[in-house]
Amino acid sequence: MNWQLLPQFALTGILAGGPIALIALGLVLIFKSSYIFNFAQGQLLLLGALFTWYFSIELELNLWLSIFLAVAVMALIGFAIERFALRPMTGQPLLSIILMTLGLSQALQGLALLVFGGAQRNFPQIFSAGDPYKITTPLVHEGNNIILILKQNLVWSFVVAVIGVIIIGGFFQYTRTGLAMRATSEDHELAQSTGLRIRRIFGISWGLAGVVATVGGVLLATSSGLDLSLSLVVLAAFPAVLLGGLDSIPGTVAGGLLIGLSQGLVKVSKVPIVRNSAEIMPYVVLMIVLLIRPEGLFGQKRIERI
Amino acid sequence: MAIQRPAGEFDFSYAYDMATIRRRWQWVMLLLFLAGLYTLPLYASRSVVSLVNRIGISIIAVQGLNLLTGYTGQISIGQAAFMTAGGYISALLVNNLGWPFPAALPVAALGAGLVGLIFGLPSLRVKGFYLTMATLAAQFIIPWFTRQAFPEVLNGAQGLNVNVPVIFGIEFNEPGKYIYLTLTTLIITTVIAHNISRSRLGRAFVAIRDNDLAAELLGVNLFKYKLQAFFLAAVYAGVAGSLMAHHLRHINSETFNLVDSVLLLGMLVVGGLGTNLGAIVGAIVVEFIIEGATLSAPFFVELFPATAAGMIQALRPLFFGVTLMLFLIFEPRGLAHRWQLFKAAWRLRPFSH
Repeated sequence: MNWQLLPQFALTGILAGGPIALIALGLVLIFKSSYIFNFAQGQLLLLGALFTWYFSIELELNLWLSIFLAVAVMALIGFAIERFALRPMTGQPLLSIILMTLGLSQALQGLALLVFGGAQRNFPQIFSAGDPYKITTPLVHEGNNIILILKQNLVWSFVVAVIGVIIIGGFFQYTRTGLAMRATSEDHELAQSTGLRIRRIFGISWGLAGVVATVGGVLLATSSGLDLSLSLVVLAAFPAVLLGGLDSIPGTVAGGLLIGLSQGLVKVSKVPIVRNSAEIMPYVVLMIVLLIRPEGLFGQKRIERI
Repeated sequence: MAIQRPAGEFDFSYAYDMATIRRRWQWVMLLLFLAGLYTLPLYASRSVVSLVNRIGISIIAVQGLNLLTGYTGQISIGQAAFMTAGGYISALLVNNLGWPFPAALPVAALGAGLVGLIFGLPSLRVKGFYLTMATLAAQFIIPWFTRQAFPEVLNGAQGLNVNVPVIFGIEFNEPGKYIYLTLTTLIITTVIAHNISRSRLGRAFVAIRDNDLAAELLGVNLFKYKLQAFFLAAVYAGVAGSLMAHHLRHINSETFNLVDSVLLLGMLVVGGLGTNLGAIVGAIVVEFIIEGATLSAPFFVELFPATAAGMIQALRPLFFGVTLMLFLIFEPRGLAHRWQLFKAAWRLRPFSH
């Protein structure tokens, strides 16, 4: 272990975990209301970023306006997906629903490539690419204080992600629609019998998932550029959701940060194979959690287990 | 549905009752069909033979997935990862140790099966969606392993060039010859899969799928049978992976990827879950649809000239995804079910009820 690198990579890892947590939240939104795990979230992310790119670069609109437009378009796409793809699946077995979102992910990925083309794109810089922040720590290594170097991009993405998480958490906790969504997640029939229109609630949660995906996609694209492989980033968010227990918002945030942290920590190692394991760390952590604590770190203990 | 016999046909002996192929004309049809397949290289073009080859290998992988997902009800999106495992083991045995291909194939299958067991272990504690995520973990960890571990043997991300299989001095170095290996293996795997599905093992699988608590109450050891299902699925994947690796003569960590796993599941659903016919029909139909995507690319290039370069990469997932979604909405039980309905309707004609 290169111990002197530990604080740097741990902090970078946690900061990188912020956007992961936000993306994972999009999955939880849908799962909480309709018990569907959306494998197509990565493609929603990609489409959100592509629309933002299209409005701001191709149509040369103001950046904030184009983000707003992209969010609106993605909310509509979210509604449409719920209406035309997932609603016919109501009452179908788990496999059909999983496959529906998998098929959707394939179709959307193909559609994105067909309409927008596969080239690597320059995404507008949202956060200034100025000098990285430097923090001098009291820790000492070989006579010098360890200095943490943090890119502005990373810090501000983290901040935006945290704000997004707080807004969504507050929305769930304090608004009537949020309350209705929580009620629906408890029991569909019971919620319906109290007069909630659960179809509309499913639609709203898919629309919101599209919005969250757009914000996440823009955050990722602005720091790492935009191409079609952006949709793969979500594969790191799937385990974050499970770590949190699928239906817990604080758990998902903790899961996302934990995944980021684990990816940062392995980079400290001196052994090359461990250092290169950052890409699979989410899934290694997932396997361990599944074997030891299958309900996740914060989930309710009602998951199906044997 | 299966019990329903055509009018005038009776079972006079247990052997006849159990027989899969009951009539002499069915034997004749089957043998004619197989003869047609085996002589395919004589009259079909190279691309057709190559397509049939690929379909055959896909069928084997889907048959394995059918045992796990269709019969046992454990959803797996890791089948392609076990194909990777099988392909690598087979390639190493043939390349480095000089094993003959017919010996390397079963060993690669068993090796892939053992890898499958490891990733089936979480089935002890979780089921449903959580187990699916564990198989997704396989889809990441196994290819990563081939990229990072033992670079002097596995050659990292570059992958391995695989030797041409040689049996009795015959080199299977082109699709026209390789198809004999694929077809022969396919016949064996089909017979085994069919017999598993109607033996004690298959009935235990179905019992677990339909109601695991009831199955356990009846004395079906859940963990044992689930692991057996994982093992069998991975063995089939290993066979398919080994065949594909020697067919392509190259394998790396991306030869069989997550999209392939989804594709295999999609084939199973299009064909029909939990039916042996479905595994075969589904693989054929989906492969044809993907081939159709490739063939229709020039037409779409005119519509979207900006994407000309990546057109095939765009159309394949699009066609497949849309097909899968349409099937899930309109024919969730797959083509095999439709075929059963059709047969039943034909037998009862002209009285449909």
